[in-house]
Amino acid sequence: MKHKTFFWFILPTATAMLLFIALPIMSVVTQSLFTPHEQVFKVVENCGPFGCTESTSIDAEATEALRAEAPLGRFAGLGIYLDRGHLAVTEVGDAWRNRDSIGDFLGSLANLPFYRAMGFTLTYTFTVTPLLIALGFVIAISVNSLHRHLKGLVIFFSLLPMIVTPLIGSLILFWMIDSRGVIGTGLQWLFSDPDLSLKASTGLTWVMLIVYGVWHAAPFAFVVFYAGLQTLPKDTLESAMIDGATRWQQTKYVVIPHLMPLVTFVALIQLMDNFRVFEPIVGFNAEAHATSLSWIIFNDLGGETRLLSSAATTSVLTIIGVSILLSPVLVRTWRDFSTKG
Amino acid sequence: MFLKKVALASSLALIAGNAYAACEISGRVNIVGNEFPAIQAVGAGAQECTGGEVEANLTADHQKINVAGMTGNPAEYTSAIVANSSIVALMNEDVIRPLDDLVAQYGQDLKRNQLITVDGKIMAVAFMANAQHLVYRADVLEQIGAEPPASYEDMLAAAAQIREQGIMEYPLGGAYKAGWNLAQEFNNMYIGMGGEFFTTGTAEASINNEQGIAALEMMKSLSEYMNPDFLTHDSNATSAEWKAGNVALMNMWGSRVGPLRETEGSSQVVVDNTMISAPMTVGGGSTPATTLWWDGWTVAKNISDEDAAATFQALTHAINPALLNDETTPMAVWLIDGYEPTPAATGVFAAANMNAVPYPMLPFQGLLHSALGAELSDFMQGKEDAATALADVEAAYSAAAREKGYLQ
Repeated sequence: MKHKTFFWFILPTATAMLLFIALPIMSVVTQSLFTPHEQVFKVVENCGPFGCTESTSIDAEATEALRAEAPLGRFAGLGIYLDRGHLAVTEVGDAWRNRDSIGDFLGSLANLPFYRAMGFTLTYTFTVTPLLIALGFVIAISVNSLHRHLKGLVIFFSLLPMIVTPLIGSLILFWMIDSRGVIGTGLQWLFSDPDLSLKASTGLTWVMLIVYGVWHAAPFAFVVFYAGLQTLPKDTLESAMIDGATRWQQTKYVVIPHLMPLVTFVALIQLMDNFRVFEPIVGFNAEAHATSLSWIIFNDLGGETRLLSSAATTSVLTIIGVSILLSPVLVRTWRDFSTKG
Repeated sequence: MFLKKVALASSLALIAGNAYAACEISGRVNIVGNEFPAIQAVGAGAQECTGGEVEANLTADHQKINVAGMTGNPAEYTSAIVANSSIVALMNEDVIRPLDDLVAQYGQDLKRNQLITVDGKIMAVAFMANAQHLVYRADVLEQIGAEPPASYEDMLAAAAQIREQGIMEYPLGGAYKAGWNLAQEFNNMYIGMGGEFFTTGTAEASINNEQGIAALEMMKSLSEYMNPDFLTHDSNATSAEWKAGNVALMNMWGSRVGPLRETEGSSQVVVDNTMISAPMTVGGGSTPATTLWWDGWTVAKNISDEDAAATFQALTHAINPALLNDETTPMAVWLIDGYEPTPAATGVFAAANMNAVPYPMLPFQGLLHSALGAELSDFMQGKEDAATALADVEAAYSAAAREKGYLQ
């Protein structure tokens, strides 16, 4: 392709990417480097139905003047990144110096919001992703071997978990697993333990969120693998059969290698999705037991006093986290691409 | 016949309402606010106005959207219905306007104690008062031969008896959901213990002290008599537990008592025996372990004068004495002329008479509230001791307060 043709060909895409990806990211990075001005206080008298009290209040005019002078706020550099709400370098350093054992150090880490969130997010990402790929694969293989009259119906039902909005799906499950709900009571009966509560224990809450994650995302893997199975080379499969390969051997040596690029694709998408786990935490009211970076952003923006710089910083940390997580897969894809080229 | 009477009565009421004050506005009105029966009644009242468009977005997530919805120019929301905690965020961001001129022009009928003034300027018009107080099941207390508890210590003793006698496994209820609710319960208990949230005159939090630890220990003791899922129970879930007859004693909002007395989703026994009483004290203190609240409306700053006038008129109309009828009167403790306290209001009045503390209107109180909500759940689960939890709260608060410029 000529350079000029290429330029005009790529221009719309490049513009869109610049506008909708690069600029917002730059804006978030900028916001994470600045914090609001120091607040000017004054003591005022507040009156209401319960009488009058002297109280500290913000001097709106003085603050407005400061704001007009420097609209972006105070330059904080990496200050927000390093504070207790984020990377907490001071606190981590203290915990390392005062540790009794590695377990003790990890315990102190788990007490800091960022590391607590990372602990759950990484556990969630690295259990849910392989499990959903395996489950999606099994469903795809099973559906593929069904009689064609049944296929349509089964595919529709297999896709349902993905069709249900995550927040609604998790809310419905949240009610069902309540100790007075259908599943909750069923589990209590099954384990003959009337005090069993999925919501009261951190371990069980994590299991519940992970099971939900697999349930919700497996249909995606299934659809992709099922599409891949339709392009399976019949000749290779037939020669394998003639050679006396069992069903298991056919799957292992023909089907899986054929689907491998799709596995990479699903892993890539799902690593990204699961790292941003959010809806189930809100839907299951699980914030006492499990948090994630996305949940921290939501919490910063949803409080009575919004913490905008903090939310921007956590967003940048999320982007960095996703890049680190995806780098092995991306490097691998790049290598495959280079050797083929 | 009965239906005809009801229809006649309501049409008469409508005529009466219109006769009192027909509401004619010329401008746009869009209200954002919390969602409970009393506020819904006010929203509906504003929508009676004609001549301009009146919209209301009443949702439990109002605090997540009101600042954003009022920051633009012109602002999407022309009014936010707020309480003494949430007005602070709007004043901090400078998105609501002083109402003195509008009160002079259109608000002659408002009572002096409805006007919320900050530094001499009227910033909001309050229409109801609220407080958390004791709700109890008369039949269960009778069964164990106990009086309604006056202190949290009595409440614990009653709960132990109820469990011992096999009446209920988890006799206590409470909105202990991690986040805002849990933090509010700590605030109540800490105030009851006589604690101060900040070092006087500064934004320095000071809750890691004797009172703070005592407050947390009391909450932990109470939670042992609560449904083990208590960290996921907000006011709605706690009310549902109450209506299901699973709870005999709880500290609950006055504004939520009305629905507890409806038979839908409940049984006649529960409805007949749902009684309220004054808020409890704790640790031998005399200040009740609760806070006083007002709910009121504000007018956005970034809107045209016509829209501001229309908003003020519509909301003034919404809280005129004609709002009060048999259905709406028990919904809240109204600060409206002609309000006759109903039995549902005794808890809030008792709180006021016991000199309960109003929820502080400090610019940084919200940050401390968020920090409490996030950091106390570890203690409630038994993962750390009270002093560590409170130290975590102070550290989390300080980081946030430094970012917002409240602390150096």
